[in-house]
Parts: sequence; structure tokens; C-alpha cells
Amino acid sequence: MKNYITVVGLEVHAELKTKTKAFCSCSTEFGAKPNTHVCPVCLGMPGALPVMNKKVVEFAIRAGLALNCEIKNFNKFDRKNYFYPDLSKNYQISQFDKPICEHGHIDIRVGDQKKTIGITRIHMEEDAGKLVHSGTTISTSDSSAVDYNRAGVPLIEIVSEPDMRGAAEARAYLEQLKAILEYTDVCDCKMQEGSLRCDANISIMPEGAKEFGTRAEIKNLNSFRALERAIDYEVARQMEILEDNGHVVQETRTWDDANGVTLSMRSKEEAHDYRYFPEPDLVPINLDNAWIEEIRQGMPELPAARLERLLKLGLPEESAILIVNTKEMADYFDEGTKHTKDVKGFANWMLGDVSAYLNTENLTIKDFKVTPDHLAELVELINKGTLSSKLAKKVFAEMLKGNEAPQALVKKLGLEQVSDEGAIAKIVDEVLAKNPQSVADFKAGKGKAIGFLVGQVMKASHGKANPGIVNKMLKDKMQ
Amino acid sequence: MALYDYTVHELHEQLKSKKISSVELTKAVYDRIAQVDDQVKAYLTLDKEAALAQAAKVDAKIAAGEEIKPLAGVPGAIKDNISMKGVRLTCASKILENFTAIYDAHVIEKLRQDETVFLGKTNMDEFAMGSTTETSYFQMTHNPWDLSRVPGGSSGGSAAAIASGEAIWALGSDTGGSIRQPASFNGCVGIKPTYGRVSRYGCVAFASSLDQVGPITRDVTDAALVLNTICGLDAHDSTSQPVEVPDFTKALRQDVKGLRIGIPKEFYGEGTDPKVKLQLEAAMAKYKELGAEIVEVSLPHTEYAVITYYIIAPAEASANLARFDGVRYGYRHKEAASAPEMTTLSRTEGFGPEVKRRIMLGTYVLSSGYYDAYYKKAMQVRTLIRRDFEEVFKKVDVLLTPTSPVPAYKLDAKMDPLTVYMLDVTTIPVNMAGLPGISIPCGFADGMPVGMQLIGKPLDEETVLRAAYTFEQATEFHKAVAPLGGKK
Amino acid sequence: MKVTDKDVKYIAGLSRLVIPETEMEKFTEQFNQILNYADILQKIDTKGIEPTANVLPLSNVLREDVPVEGVSHEVALENAPAEHDGGFKVPRVIE
Repeated sequence: MKNYITVVGLEVHAELKTKTKAFCSCSTEFGAKPNTHVCPVCLGMPGALPVMNKKVVEFAIRAGLALNCEIKNFNKFDRKNYFYPDLSKNYQISQFDKPICEHGHIDIRVGDQKKTIGITRIHMEEDAGKLVHSGTTISTSDSSAVDYNRAGVPLIEIVSEPDMRGAAEARAYLEQLKAILEYTDVCDCKMQEGSLRCDANISIMPEGAKEFGTRAEIKNLNSFRALERAIDYEVARQMEILEDNGHVVQETRTWDDANGVTLSMRSKEEAHDYRYFPEPDLVPINLDNAWIEEIRQGMPELPAARLERLLKLGLPEESAILIVNTKEMADYFDEGTKHTKDVKGFANWMLGDVSAYLNTENLTIKDFKVTPDHLAELVELINKGTLSSKLAKKVFAEMLKGNEAPQALVKKLGLEQVSDEGAIAKIVDEVLAKNPQSVADFKAGKGKAIGFLVGQVMKASHGKANPGIVNKMLKDKMQ
Repeated sequence: MALYDYTVHELHEQLKSKKISSVELTKAVYDRIAQVDDQVKAYLTLDKEAALAQAAKVDAKIAAGEEIKPLAGVPGAIKDNISMKGVRLTCASKILENFTAIYDAHVIEKLRQDETVFLGKTNMDEFAMGSTTETSYFQMTHNPWDLSRVPGGSSGGSAAAIASGEAIWALGSDTGGSIRQPASFNGCVGIKPTYGRVSRYGCVAFASSLDQVGPITRDVTDAALVLNTICGLDAHDSTSQPVEVPDFTKALRQDVKGLRIGIPKEFYGEGTDPKVKLQLEAAMAKYKELGAEIVEVSLPHTEYAVITYYIIAPAEASANLARFDGVRYGYRHKEAASAPEMTTLSRTEGFGPEVKRRIMLGTYVLSSGYYDAYYKKAMQVRTLIRRDFEEVFKKVDVLLTPTSPVPAYKLDAKMDPLTVYMLDVTTIPVNMAGLPGISIPCGFADGMPVGMQLIGKPLDEETVLRAAYTFEQATEFHKAVAPLGGKK
Repeated sequence: MKVTDKDVKYIAGLSRLVIPETEMEKFTEQFNQILNYADILQKIDTKGIEPTANVLPLSNVLREDVPVEGVSHEVALENAPAEHDGGFKVPRVIE
């Protein structure tokens, strides 16, 4: 079997977080009852006309700048013509030959390797409505019902160069792209809810070949995991075809997550002829450089800049990368470290106990009940010596229930670490008296025996004795 | 004279002076409709209850001594491709036979603000595609000057209603001549404003870069009054021009001294009926008499205008009419196995042959492999046509042409599509360049009205109106009444 | 012949239309007549001429991102041929 190189390009659609739709003033609020955020324009009523939302342009520019693109001064719109029930005019207003951004890139990391992935273009377009099928899937349904609440919601389509060479790089690109978009605050990037959608163009070529192979487009990738699995499956599928001396067909396939395969979506019809032509109901948009500069100046701090800042604070690279990975984590960290100087300690709690909890409960830090200031307080209590790390975990568990302030909880539960030497001495003496064998063992040179004795003191003090003091005192008393 | 024979400005005076009431006037027009519309067939929908209610409101206002606008209480007709909330909107098509509009077009909102009375919706060519009103799914409209002849199109119903006394003023729409040509066939005034003067929001789109809404009236003064109301920037229409609307009635002066009137030779070509030419020559003589200067000019790309239009307009229309798919509204073929089949059958059964022809022509010229040769080429030729006008307007102030090369011809003349298309040669270039154009009566040919067209520079309706008004006041053509018209 | 009836059928499909068999010949003939006439455009030299997408001297018509009430649910569905659970009902979407 030959060696093949995997070539992947990603097309990502991001819903922009504007208050109103791209071409009408209907609300974009998610979750409303069907067909309640609609008007003659987004319903495609006879005589209705589109009017461009300024915020959409602003957000597209912001995304383009964050992705290192050239922002094009001259912009126009085009009609992309095809029939489908969720498309209320049976054409989509999009940008064909003059997209708003071109020639960008982002830097990704896979393990230790750094790589730059090119971004071909970004353009603005409108979303279609939603189809609710009567059956479980589109092919097993007798009928569908169309909800146009989503019709007209603004999207940007981000097309990458075919620079990725496998599932890991593709995942890294998508993760970094998602992080950057979250940081620019133009999209809430919820893949499960569909505000961030990804299609993958996958092909393989024999090592040493000069031209790319025929690619297949894979749709319905709803998570990072799905993306990786789909790429691996598709590559294997294509390899088998080529090894059998067959040809890969250029087509659109859908990812069937339940069965772990890609399936052909080819219908009897020919490939779509979209018959693009300039949208006569809209006039061109000429972006002046002053406005683009203004947007550039007002950009929120992007992941790369944040990472640097966290490294300067002294965080180890691994921790910093993990924290900066999502804007929510990074914001939580920034908020929390306003209340404690121990950035490393705070980061460790976030990446340790907090992350473990979130993973188990399948939550993100956005839904995390414990506020950053309270977590910071916990860290401070440990550092001050008021709370042992072991008991801190107990307090943390309590905080998960209702975000009670740790200070108050410590008092309530009576968990304050005891550092009073007098009180400790009393318990130490008792333990030494009750455990003569261990004392003898220690004196005979079995250093480990002290561990048992420390344990006994901790038990007798309900974990509250300051372990450092206990250890020293035991040693002193057994001289 | 019957009440329905008067103009808007005359009736406004009569209403103000309480000589007549709006209810009386509105009833008189409805009586007239009942009397003649089974012969003319100008109307598709009548809205009598709402009209009389509105008329009563205006009467109450007048009784209370309040000021009223010129169109207040004066009943008019609206072409059935303009959206009026709660009223059936058909575009003369089976596919919208039972469709009720859910919002007011911008022009309707403005007319409501001026408290006018709406009589109903008038017949037209299906989706404005045609020059005779014969492609209407519902009925043929007959020319009140000779019931065996066409009223022109696509605003045939509105123009016929003015000629037969079935409306005092009317709105039409014009994409390649659909206001001006029917106005000329019916002996009335019709003006297509500069592109972007009047909002298209609520006017069902045929060809977006060419469509404009405009008035069809008895005289130039009435046209100016309607323009005053309907013109203006609309935030709902991105192609609506952010320019001030002057008081167009101030342009109505009898003064053409020194006005340079261009005669573009390409508009007087071989296909022009000699009797039409005769009327135009008489008009030129009249203008000379009144002090204007007649200048021979040339618009060299005129011969390409018709085919360019019949590439661009169908292309835009093919996309504009894609929304009629039986999903959200309109005719739906009920027993279909799938949505694609449902859409195909609904459109096949719902659209007439001319609409289908133009949709397919449009799809073809935009399709892969043909876009450059047809659509892109046509867009480039459009630029050349515009440049022709720009050049000519450096030398003259307005252009004078026949509105149509021929007067109204017989119904059901069975001409092949291309022959019919070629008759739009005099009106199409005006839409291609987005210029203002008016048609006013200038004579007769074998008893049928002949219209002359004045074309102006962009946004220069004022010069066009002045030139038209001067000619009108110096002649009596606008006073002629169709044989089907009432007594004088 | 610019187009055959096979081409006409293909274009009809793209437009979601069907031309009945009985009318195909006449339709194709009329279609060809128009397209043949369109050849006169090839005579014109349009090298370097900008296509006119719009006659207006306008650009940058933009609106502020402020929500405005649209139409009510009832009005939106007023003309719906079929309805289900608040949505516009259509037969199966895939053939």
C-alpha cells in the first residue's frame, strides 16, 4: 500500500451575534416559538426588499482582522439561486466574487508542532429557516414544517486553504478558529446549537504527487470529535477506492455519527448551477479605511495576546494554553486573579478540581456556580494557612452546591485549621501515649512510622491540625 | 360633465368649497364602474366598503373646517401588483388568485397619510410581463377608445380606468414602458419617475433594477400632485434615493423659451406608423412655435436596447419570481409526493406561458456557460446606452419621441413574442438608463390616441413636467374623452 | 438552433417548471428566435466597459441594529396553504 497524504480544507459558517437579522429588523433571539420573529422581508413576501444591517459589516470586519485578513474596501452582494423550502426567496443573498475579507491565516499547535493555516476568504450571507421533519430523519419523513425565525440571520462563511494534513490539524484549526471568534465576541460559537457549523473538504494524494486528489465535501459535523472521526473514516474510505484502482467521486456526503460513516447525498439532479448575479436590491458598500482602523482599535484582546499576558504573569505554558483555550476560561481566570495574587494556585484549581467537576457534569465554565472571587478566596485561605489543602476540597464540594463564600463555610463547618501549638501539643501527647510501638519503630530508624502518627493526630483533630506543625512537634517530642 | 370626468385638482376645489362631498364623488365613480366595467374590464378587485368609509372620514374633516391635501377624498385605482394590507393582491396571476396582502406598500402608506380614497385593484399583464394586459390570467381589458383594441400594458387596467371615467387618478408600474405605453394608448398622462424617486417596497418585483411606480392621470397637473405624495426616500428600499422631493406643481409653468428639445433619430425608425410620426412632427412644430429649440440628436446604441432589456429583465425576474413556490402562500398543487414536485406543479399550473417563457429565458442567460455571453454582455451594453444619454444631455434639456411606434392595435393580434417585444423600442431605453419619462396625448391616428414621450435627465422631472404642461395647455388633446367616456 | 428541447427541459427543471409536451416544439422555436436575435450583441465591442449592476450613484445604505416588531404569527401564516405546529407544512423535502 502506498503512502498517502491527507488534505483537508474547512468551510466554517458562524452565526453573528447581532440583535437583528442581516436584511430586516426582526430579532435574532434564539428559542422563540416558530414563525414569531418574521416580517415580509424574511418571509419572502411579494414586494419585500432587503436593507443591510450595519452591525453585520462591523462584525465581519472584526472577524477578518482577528483572522489576519485583508479587508476589501469595495463590497457587493450577489444572489445564489436554488430552490429549497427553508429558503424563503429561493435565493440566498451572499457574496460571490467580491468577499469582504481575503488572504488571512491563523497559527495552530499540534503537540509541539506549530503551523500556519491559510484562510482564503470570508464573506457575509444570510441563513435559511429551519426544517422540522415529521420522522426521525429527513429521508424517513413524509412531511416537514418550516420555521423562518432563523431565515435571514447573518452568517459569515470562513473558507480555509486546503492546508491541513489530517484530523489532528483540522481539529486544532477549528478549536483555534472557535476561540478567536469567541474572543472577538461576534459569535457565541455553540456547535451543538448550530451557531458554528463546519463542513470539511477531504481528499488524499499519494506521497510525491504534484496535484491534489478529488475531494469529497462532508457535512453534518456537530462537534470536534465528529470532525476527527469523519476525517479518519473518509480518508480510509478513499484509500480503499484508490487501492482498488477506482476513482474518488467529487460529491457531497453526510456524516452519520451513530454509525460512524459518511454517506453519499447525491440526488438524481445534476450539481447545483447557482446562477450567481449581482443583487439588484442592494447597493455596494465602500468601506473607508478610517472605519476599519476604528474597529481594529476597538478589538478585544485576542487569544495570542492573552496567552502572552498570562505567560508574563508566570504561568507555565501548558496551563496558560489550556486557560486561554476558551474565552470563558480566560475571563474566569482574569476575574479570579483580581482577588488573589497566587495566579499559579488559582490556575491549578481551575485546571484541576474545577475542570474535573465540569467534565463529570458535562458543563462549561459558563454554567459553573462558583464565582471567581469565591474560588480566589479559597486559594487565599489555603495560602494563609487557615485551611489545609485536604479540607479545602471538602469546602469546595460544599461551594458547588450554592456558591457560599468559603470563609463563611469554614466557620460554619468548623474546619478552621488549628495552628495553636498548645492545642496541638495536647493531641500529639495523647497520640504518642496511645501508640508506643510506632514511637519505638521511629526511634529504631523506621522513618515512615511518623506518617502513621501524623495520620493519627490529623484524625484526632478532625483534619484541622496544621500538618507542618504536627510533623515538627512529633519529631521534636520523639527526640 | 359627469363627476368622474373631472381631474383631481378640479375635484379638490369642489370638495374644499363643499360643492360636492367625497362620498357623493366616490359613489358616482362606483356607479360608473357598475355601468361600464363589464365592457372595459379594468378592475380585478373592488373595495367599496372601505372606500366609502374613508370618503366619509374626509367629509367629516372638511365639515369641521380642517385643511385637506389635494388627493384627500378623491378616489383612485391601484395596479394589482402593489401591496395593500388586507386586500387581495393577484398580479393578475392564478398563482396569487386567493392571496391577501399582509402589509402596505410604501406608496400606499403615503397615499393613506394624504387621506385619499382607494377604489380597488386594476388588471395588468401577469406579473407586469407584457404590453397589452392580455397575459392577465383573469380577463382581458378593453380600450375605452375602441373596445376591440388593447389598452396597452402592463398597466392596462389603470390606464383604461382613467379613460373610461372609472377612476380619477391611478397608479401603475413601469419596467420597460408599462406606465407610458398604456397611457399613450388611452389618451392619458403617465409618468415613470427617475429610478429611485419612488419606493419599490410593496411593489411586486419584476425586474428590480428597472421597476418604478408612477401615476396615470387625466392631465399633467394631476400627475404632479400624485408625484408629490408618492416620491421620497424610504428606509425599506435600499435603492430609494435620499434626495429632496420638490413641489412638482411649481414646475407647472407655461414656458419653453430656449428649451433645447432633442429628437433622437433612432426613435423614429422604420417601424414607426406614419400617422404617429405625423403627430410628433406637429408637436415639434408646436414647440418651435412656443419658443423651444429643436435639435437632431443620436443615441447610437438604441438598436440594442430591446434585446438587452429582454436579457436583463427576465434574468432578474427569474430570481424575483422564484419565491412563488406554494410553500408560504399562493397556489399549491395539493397532491404531490415531494416538495420539489409540489413546487414544480404549483408553478407550472400557476404561471401563464409568457411568465414561464421569461423565467426560463432568465434562467438560461444566467446559467453556467452563458452568463458572460448574455447577462454580462447585456450589462455592459446597458452602460453604453446610459452613456449615449449622458452625451446627448450635454447638448439638450429633454428628448421628444413617440411613446409607442404604433397606436393601440387589435386584441388577440397573435403576434409572435419577439415582434411584440420590439414595439417597446421607444420606452425601454428610458428604464435602462433610469431616467424620468412622461407620456402625454398629442393627437390621434385613425381615431386612436397617440402619445408623445418626453425624457429628462436624472432627477429632472421638473423640466419634463414643464415641457409637458406647456404643450398640454397650448393644445386640447388632454380634454378629449373616449367614446365610452361620458357626456361632455 | 441555439437550444434543443433537451436543453429546454433542463432549463425548465432548474426553474421548477414543466413545459407540456404538446407545447414543447412551439416553445423551443420561440425561445430560439429570441436567443438568435441576441446574437446582435456580439457585434458590439464591450472591452473594458463596466457592467451596470445598478443605475444609482448610491452606496453604503445601512441600517442600525435595532429590533422592530415584524408581523404576528397569525398574519405570517394567514396565506399558508398548509400548517403544522406553527410551521409551514410541506411534503417530504427529498424526492
